Amino acid sequence: MPVIAQKLGALTLSLLREMGRMLNFILYALYMIVRSPCKPFHTLKQLHFIGAKSFFVIFLTASFTGMVLGLQGYYTLAKFGSEGLLGSAVALSLIRELGPVLSALMVTGRAGSAITAEIGIMRISEQIDALQTMALEPFKYLVSPKVLASLLVLPLLCAIFDVVGIYGGYLVGVKLLGVNPGAYYNEMVKSVEWKDIFSGIVKSLSFGLIISWVCCYKGYHAGHGAEGVSRATTAAVVMSSVLILIWDYFLTSVLL
Amino acid sequence: MIKLENVTKSFDGQVVLDRLNLHVPHGKITAVIGPSGEGKSVLLKHMIGLLRPSSGQVIVDGEDISRMGRSQLNRVREKFGMLFQGAALFDSMTVFENVAFPMEEKTRLSRAEIGKRVHEALEQVGLKGVDRKYPDELSGGMKKRVGLARALLLNPRIILFDEPTTGLDPIICRAIHQLIKDSHARFGFTAVVISHEIPEIFDISDRVAMLHRGKILEVGTPEEIQRSEHPAVRQFITGSIEGPIQFV
Repeated sequence: MPVIAQKLGALTLSLLREMGRMLNFILYALYMIVRSPCKPFHTLKQLHFIGAKSFFVIFLTASFTGMVLGLQGYYTLAKFGSEGLLGSAVALSLIRELGPVLSALMVTGRAGSAITAEIGIMRISEQIDALQTMALEPFKYLVSPKVLASLLVLPLLCAIFDVVGIYGGYLVGVKLLGVNPGAYYNEMVKSVEWKDIFSGIVKSLSFGLIISWVCCYKGYHAGHGAEGVSRATTAAVVMSSVLILIWDYFLTSVLL
Repeated sequence: MIKLENVTKSFDGQVVLDRLNLHVPHGKITAVIGPSGEGKSVLLKHMIGLLRPSSGQVIVDGEDISRMGRSQLNRVREKFGMLFQGAALFDSMTVFENVAFPMEEKTRLSRAEIGKRVHEALEQVGLKGVDRKYPDELSGGMKKRVGLARALLLNPRIILFDEPTTGLDPIICRAIHQLIKDSHARFGFTAVVISHEIPEIFDISDRVAMLHRGKILEVGTPEEIQRSEHPAVRQFITGSIEGPIQFV
């Protein structure tokens, strides 16, 4: 029994230490954004990489998510004779929930893993050390631009996801299943309120922070060799995805 | 001047540096020799604050850098240049961008001036026409020379060379040694060179320190070290298999 308690204690302590390190990491990255503005070129590059290059995957995922919502929503609503509410069902599901969460998960898979791998390789090949020996702050070049770009880009990608998804639902509901287009649009406009959009923005902003935080941290502290980087990349993607879902639940319960 | 006082460093319980003392005099070239895997690079990283000692002090120009915060440490690092064992070039930048990078970030020189200096530095290390190549298109020796050009470009007051000639052919090796010697004569920087190139390293260094089992066994002029009676130093210099240094 004492051995188990000892192991549990050690595990808790190491978990707390890791959490402390992670907190320090993001606070310093945010401080660097404010204190010494990121180089415009580095931030633009990250906006392009995390944002523009994710457009296609977001477009594709959003189209099919909207189309599936259209199909499933119609099937459910038809049972109650409320097919006219399809627009509002699709829009609310996307704006409040699926848009922020799925766009964040897609960005994690596409850009988050690449961020971890890039920083991890720079760590193991001493490129980060080289920056430090030049008396340059690695956070300014490697971490802060990515955090800033993620914060700016995630709400935009989420908005694109919502619009494309709503149109996907429209295509299936109206063009394929014969829902009245006026009803689809009007019910959507009637039911979506500012607070729904606000909750989507807050969620995607916080997801942007989670992705860049976890992925940069894991890369920055990658272990040795190719295996260390691969392990860091896997951990970053898994941890970001899980945190996004957990944080989504808490935010939903607060913002509902 | 760099002074390491009772520096101990351990990784996961394994002691790499063991109450090590070393004094690197101002304006001299100090070579650190010793068997592979004995912590020479770890020692070098302590001098520039990339690693912090588990205990002991690292004093650079009278300031203990082992307990400094980031910004203070960066102020001290302004004095340094460093060539890494694996060159540590930025792999997403071309050779030109790699060498120009510290100058672009730390000076207000015009692009034309930076370009001129970068080309001069690359010529000095015997590299011409590789400006647009990426590090993964270069051989190990070429990477090292690019790293050397980058380290020398800002004329730092202290330069740390981590095996600057390992993996290079004898002609380039001699040329690099000559370059270090000439640059030192011209700019008078303090240098610490980690090397296995024996006896060549004795030609360029003012002092030689032998590191073994986490301690400095002996420090002296190249002549003193070559005359040393210490069995481990003798074994290392002569490259003998028999002796106190175990290679397995």
